Amino acid sequence: MIDRRAVLAILAAGVAAPLHAVPLRYTIDPQPVAPDLWVVRGVDAPIDHANGGAIANISILRTAAGTVLVDCGPSLRYGQQLKAAAEALTGMPVIRVYLTHLHPDHIYGAAAFDRSIVAATPALARSLETLGPSFSDGMYRLLGDWMRGTEFAAPGKVLGEDHETFGDRRLDLYPLAGHSEADLAIVDATTGMLIAGDLVFHDRAPSTPHADIARWLASLDRLGTIGHRAVIPGHGPIDPTPGAAIDQTRDWLSWLRDTLDRAVAEGLDAVEAGNLAIPDRFAALQAARYELQRSVAHFFSRIEEQALPRVDLRR
Amino acid sequence: MSRVASYSAAVVAMVVAAPAQAALPADPLGSPMWQRLGKSLFGDAPVRFDPRVRVIFPDIAENQRQFPVAIDARGIVGVKRILLFADLNPIPLAVDYTLGAAQPYFSTRIKLDQRTPVRGAVQLADGSWLVSGGWIDAAGGGCSLPPISRVKGDWAQHLGEVRGVARRVAGATRVRLAFRHPMDTGLIGNIPTYNLEEVVLTGAEGRRFGDLRIEASVAEDPEFALIVDALPGEEIAMAGRDTNGIDYAARLMPTTVAAPR
Repeated sequence: MIDRRAVLAILAAGVAAPLHAVPLRYTIDPQPVAPDLWVVRGVDAPIDHANGGAIANISILRTAAGTVLVDCGPSLRYGQQLKAAAEALTGMPVIRVYLTHLHPDHIYGAAAFDRSIVAATPALARSLETLGPSFSDGMYRLLGDWMRGTEFAAPGKVLGEDHETFGDRRLDLYPLAGHSEADLAIVDATTGMLIAGDLVFHDRAPSTPHADIARWLASLDRLGTIGHRAVIPGHGPIDPTPGAAIDQTRDWLSWLRDTLDRAVAEGLDAVEAGNLAIPDRFAALQAARYELQRSVAHFFSRIEEQALPRVDLRR
Repeated sequence: MSRVASYSAAVVAMVVAAPAQAALPADPLGSPMWQRLGKSLFGDAPVRFDPRVRVIFPDIAENQRQFPVAIDARGIVGVKRILLFADLNPIPLAVDYTLGAAQPYFSTRIKLDQRTPVRGAVQLADGSWLVSGGWIDAAGGGCSLPPISRVKGDWAQHLGEVRGVARRVAGATRVRLAFRHPMDTGLIGNIPTYNLEEVVLTGAEGRRFGDLRIEASVAEDPEFALIVDALPGEEIAMAGRDTNGIDYAARLMPTTVAAPR
C-alpha cells in the first residue's frame, strides 16, 4: 500500500522535474585530424537555439609547452566546456587561445580563459575595441540561456610577430582580411595544416556580414601560395587537399559578386535577388539560400547606389 | 442553463446583433492585432485569405532597419490596390499602392520593430480584399532606432536624390526607384515624423501607372519596385512629395534587356 506521504513525494517529483531542467550542455567531441591536432566541428547551420551557437570549427593543438586553441566558441559555457575537454584530451593546460576574427561564434568563449593568453592581431584587437561587445544583444536574443554569464572578453595579447613557437611546434601567423576587417590564418608548420578561420568555408556557404569580397578573394589567392597540406575551414568539414575548400570559397564569392551585380543591372529588387537560382555546383553547400539572402542584405543597396544612375531632375 | 449553452447564446446574440458588416475571417497567423487592424484597413469590405497573394520575403531579418518584402499578385485578375503592412509595427501600414496601368507586383524595404506578421492585401474591382502573409522573427527596434543618416548627419545633403532604372523585360517594364530620405518615424526623441508620403508614376500625357501612399515604417532611403505597362518608347515620370511639402521629380526612359535567367 502506498501511503499519502509517498503519493505526495511522487507528485512533487513529477512537478519539480520540469522546474529543474537539465542544464544546457554542448557536445564537445574533438576529432583527430593530424598528429596532436584535433578539431571540434561546428554544426553546419545558422546560429540557433538548437545548436547553442556552436557552429564554428575549433582547433586544439598539443605542444610540449601546453595546449593551444584556435577560436573558442560562442559563449562562456562553451569556453568552459572546451577548456575542460581540451585539457583532458591533451593532459596539458591551455596556454594560448587565438582569435581568428571578430564574429561571436568564434570568440565569445574567450570569457572562460585568462585574458593574458587570449591573442589577436593588432588589426583585430582594434576592430574588437568597438565591435567586440556589439554582438551580445543579438546572441542573447537568439540563444537565451546558452549565453548565461557571457560577456565579451577583449584579448590580452596583441600579436606583433609573424609566428609563435610552443615547445618545438611553430605556428605561422598570416594576418589577412576580407571575410572581415581582420582575419587570421594559421599554419601549423609541423603538420602543414592550414587553420584558415572564416577565410575558408567548406561545403557550407560563406557568410558576409563584414565582408569585402575583393579583399577576401585576394586573401584566398595568398592562401593558395603558402604550401600547406590540408585545410581546417572556419565552417564545414576538413579539406584533406590544399585547394578544394579554398577554390570552393572563391567560386561562391565570385558567383555572389557577379550575380548581385547582374541583378542590379537587370532592375531586380532585393527580394528577387535573394531568390535567384543557386547553381547546381553549390548543391553541397549547407545554408546556401540563407547566406545568399543575408548577402543581399549586406551588399545590394551599396551595389545599387554605385550602379543605378541618378534620375532626379536636380542632378 | 449550462455555461457552454449560455456562451453559445451570447455568440449567437452577437452575430445576430451585428449589422450587415462582414465578419473578418479568423487569422491563420494568430496575430493579436488582426481584428483591430483588419477593421481599420478594410472597413466593411469582404476579406478572404488567399495564397495567390504571394508575400515574399527572406527567411531571416538580417537587418531590422531594412527588411525587403515583395507582394506578387500577378496570378490574380483585376487587382486595383495593394497594401503592405506588418501587424506588430508601431506604424503597421507601410505602403498603400493604387494601380493604374500596372501589374500587381510591388516591393520595398520596411522597418521591423519586433517579431511580426508581414502581410500583403490586394483589393479587387468589387471592393473585396484578398490577404496573405507570414511571420518573420526580428531583433527589436527597427522603428525606434535613429536613421543612419541622422547619426552621420548628412541626410539633408542628399535629400532629393533619386536613383533608378526602368527595364523592359518580356513586354512589361520593371521600375526601380531608390530615394535618399531619413524616413523619421517620430518614435525617436525630439525628431518628429518626417517621411516620403506620396510617389506617383505617370506616362505619356499623364497616363497613370500607379500611386503610392507611403508611411514612415518604410525603411530609410526608401526603395520601390513596380511593374508598369509602359508602351515602347514611353517615358516614365515620377512625382513625389514628403510630409514637409518637399517635391521630388524624376524621369526614366525604359531600356531593353534580355529576359531574366
